[in-house]
Amino acid sequence: MLDLINVDYSTQIPNNVGLAEDRQVLRGLERWHPGYLDWWKDMGPEGFQESLVYLRTAVSVDPKGWAKFDYVRMPEYRWGVLLAPQEEGRKVNFGQHIGEPAWQEVPGEYRAMLRRLIVIQGDTEPASVEQQRHLGKTAPSLYDMRNLFQVNVEEGRHLWAMVYLLHKYFGRDGREEAEELLRRRSGDADHPRMLGAFNEATPDWLSFFMFTFFTDRDGKMQLESLAQSGFDPLSRTCRFMLTEEAHHMFVGETGVGRVIERTCKAMKEAGIEDPNDLTKIRALGVIDLPTVQKKLNTHYPLTLDLFGSEISTNAANFYNAGLKGRFEETKIDDDHRLTESTYPVLKLVNGEIRNVDEPALTALNMRLRDDYTNDCAKGVERWNKIIAKEGVNFRLELPHVAFNRQIGEFRDVHATPSGVLLSDGDWAKARDSYLPSSSDGEFIESLMQPQTEPGKYAGWIAPPRIGIDSKSGEFEYVKIHE
Amino acid sequence: MDDTPAGLLKQHLIDPEICIRCNTCEETCPIDAITHNDDNYVVDAEKCNFCMDCISPCPTGAINNWRIVANAWSLDDQFSWEELPPQEDLPGDEENAKLEAMEDDVSALLAEAHLGAGGRMKAPATASRPTVNLYNRSRPAMATVTGAYRLTAADADSDVRHIILDFGETHFPVLEGQSIGIVPLGTDANGAAHRIRLYSISSPRHGERPNTNNLALTVKRELHGVCSNYLCDLKKGDKVEVTGPFGATFLMPNDPSANIIMICTGTGSAPFRGFTEWRRRTMANAPGRMLLFFGARRPEELPYFGPLQKVPESLLGKHLCYSRVPGQPKTYVQDAMRRESETLSALIDKDATHIYVCGLKGMEQGVDAALDDICRGANLTWSDIRAAMRDSGRYHVETY
Repeated sequence: MLDLINVDYSTQIPNNVGLAEDRQVLRGLERWHPGYLDWWKDMGPEGFQESLVYLRTAVSVDPKGWAKFDYVRMPEYRWGVLLAPQEEGRKVNFGQHIGEPAWQEVPGEYRAMLRRLIVIQGDTEPASVEQQRHLGKTAPSLYDMRNLFQVNVEEGRHLWAMVYLLHKYFGRDGREEAEELLRRRSGDADHPRMLGAFNEATPDWLSFFMFTFFTDRDGKMQLESLAQSGFDPLSRTCRFMLTEEAHHMFVGETGVGRVIERTCKAMKEAGIEDPNDLTKIRALGVIDLPTVQKKLNTHYPLTLDLFGSEISTNAANFYNAGLKGRFEETKIDDDHRLTESTYPVLKLVNGEIRNVDEPALTALNMRLRDDYTNDCAKGVERWNKIIAKEGVNFRLELPHVAFNRQIGEFRDVHATPSGVLLSDGDWAKARDSYLPSSSDGEFIESLMQPQTEPGKYAGWIAPPRIGIDSKSGEFEYVKIHE
Repeated sequence: MDDTPAGLLKQHLIDPEICIRCNTCEETCPIDAITHNDDNYVVDAEKCNFCMDCISPCPTGAINNWRIVANAWSLDDQFSWEELPPQEDLPGDEENAKLEAMEDDVSALLAEAHLGAGGRMKAPATASRPTVNLYNRSRPAMATVTGAYRLTAADADSDVRHIILDFGETHFPVLEGQSIGIVPLGTDANGAAHRIRLYSISSPRHGERPNTNNLALTVKRELHGVCSNYLCDLKKGDKVEVTGPFGATFLMPNDPSANIIMICTGTGSAPFRGFTEWRRRTMANAPGRMLLFFGARRPEELPYFGPLQKVPESLLGKHLCYSRVPGQPKTYVQDAMRRESETLSALIDKDATHIYVCGLKGMEQGVDAALDDICRGANLTWSDIRAAMRDSGRYHVETY
């Protein structure tokens, strides 16, 4: 009998989708697998492929046993295909097909649209692994190194999840798209990843923590709205991925939080009151809070760009077709068709930034972005609580949505982090006070010295409050040379 | 809630300082007992039925918090928190024991076992946080016997067995020093289900071998003992119903500079095998000393006699004492302790030193008297030191 809860390890690819009985798809994936492993070895974490890493592997989607911790060599990690259990009688919950039974096969008229949604999501997964491949060498502790690698292998598994959908439901062109996912490279001039933020470098650990806080949170929003999909296999795939994505945001939120905590504590110990006294603070070997703000100013606008144009007919079409919903669609109390309603969109009107009511259907990107911003703001407040608790007079803020944008309404203007429009000349003068300058970058880089002794942490970051899998502080999360 | 003593409530709470509001728990909860506002994720005490579905998917560990309360914290209380409230002091040792197990019968067993400490025991400051009461009688964990063999010599009077229980995919986190409950199959003479028996685990937290999801027990066959005979007769592949884990104070310090003095007889050595193995595997060069005073009738009846010989003295100072070796004077653990009084008094005077006593009730008095003598010899007052050590989580007694 097909066991939909427990993972089938009898085939090469762990799965709970009955691959053993689905010979054609199994063969396709087995053919894709070597290319994936080659990609992982070429583009995955550099220098640690033979190390034993204390990783969590999904062995079942049942809440009780869905994760198991053990030492694993990353190339031997069991990447698999896991879908959340099918909900009996699930319906399409929005758009013009609302109320119809959810689709178990791709509706012919939406085939191209769906494939595009899956490919875009799939492309982000390997991209972040590529962006982070050099970070292992400068990890501030074995704990952090392990968290980096956990994020990496789970992104790898998310790629598998999307590739399964392509192979299973999109035939030959799906298989070709799956090959392309392995061929594109983050930051490659000729063959870049599809979305801008995924071609940016992740040069240091503060960037990594910001990335997992902001960019993976965009991932969460996208996955959550795809989990609403009327195409049931996509919904089930994304629901399970969300559980793993939560760990990535944990790494980001606590990572930045620990940087802040260490900085504030070091300032207090040294009797430094002024958070802007960069020379004295940097002399302590910690990252000053204004530089943390600059890093935040870099990452947040990049992730806002990931939501696309504020007004988008694509988004409207996806929604109308029942393929991609809103964040927590089923918890929203309205008609779930949006044909009559409007949504306020921040726009540039005659040189002024102001809200304009737009048809809600075409403003869906904006709405998802607003939900994202709210979610980010809560995390930033957590960071501010750490600063306040340590008694330092400083606040981190999300910059205005018009600040430093490359896509959408504000791509052609310059604005300050508080949303005041600037001329090109003023921007050029002020830029380095908003965004990391090359000397800021060099300073952070100078701190990126590896700490590989169990239980020890680099001087610029505080130890975590609790270990992974309830392990004690001394635990050797990565056995580098075994 | 049904297992909690009258008037008190076990409440499941989420640590707002550690939670990152990822929504995984709310999504996972099958009965919608978890909700959130803009600040916190919270658990509705009236709905939560302790199914534990939310525990392992939580990426942060924030979900794994419990308090014994007289009145449940409301949702609004929890929404307003910036940090978890501490566990309120509940009157008396009996209540303290309830925190260790949250089940009436098990609590009573532990309270009885800890009486010898002479006051309320506390966990060492640097101990890992234990998980307690994940599984109970109405919802036991199922374990498979993957190893069972006799530790004592074939001609020895006592039959002590080493039993390995494997939990497969079941989440069963333990710490050294914790106990598990065993539910013997069948019924007693009156047709009622057998009472739960507690056994200390004798393996370290990550398994009999590193990173296996199993644990070991050290069980002595007792004449007419329902549970010990049940366990000692188990064969590989047999299934066993297990409850727990239990115990939140008799735990080892994680601090590598902590000195650990372990005093035991017979199967009381079980937790100390776990302590020693954990330190050997994870911090073999720890600066803290480990000393073992271990009594048995004869070497043939001392559990783990062979393996113990292989543990280097640098890791573990071993003082094995025998009371029934023909032609040799009877030596008890207190005799060996007195012989080492200089070492012991120097260690006892240090804040990094922890003392653990485990074995038969009968040993308590002798051990206590020996410590009293040793202290007096060094111009120290054992009763004061004992109270201070106990209050700072450094003196532990578990006898039965």
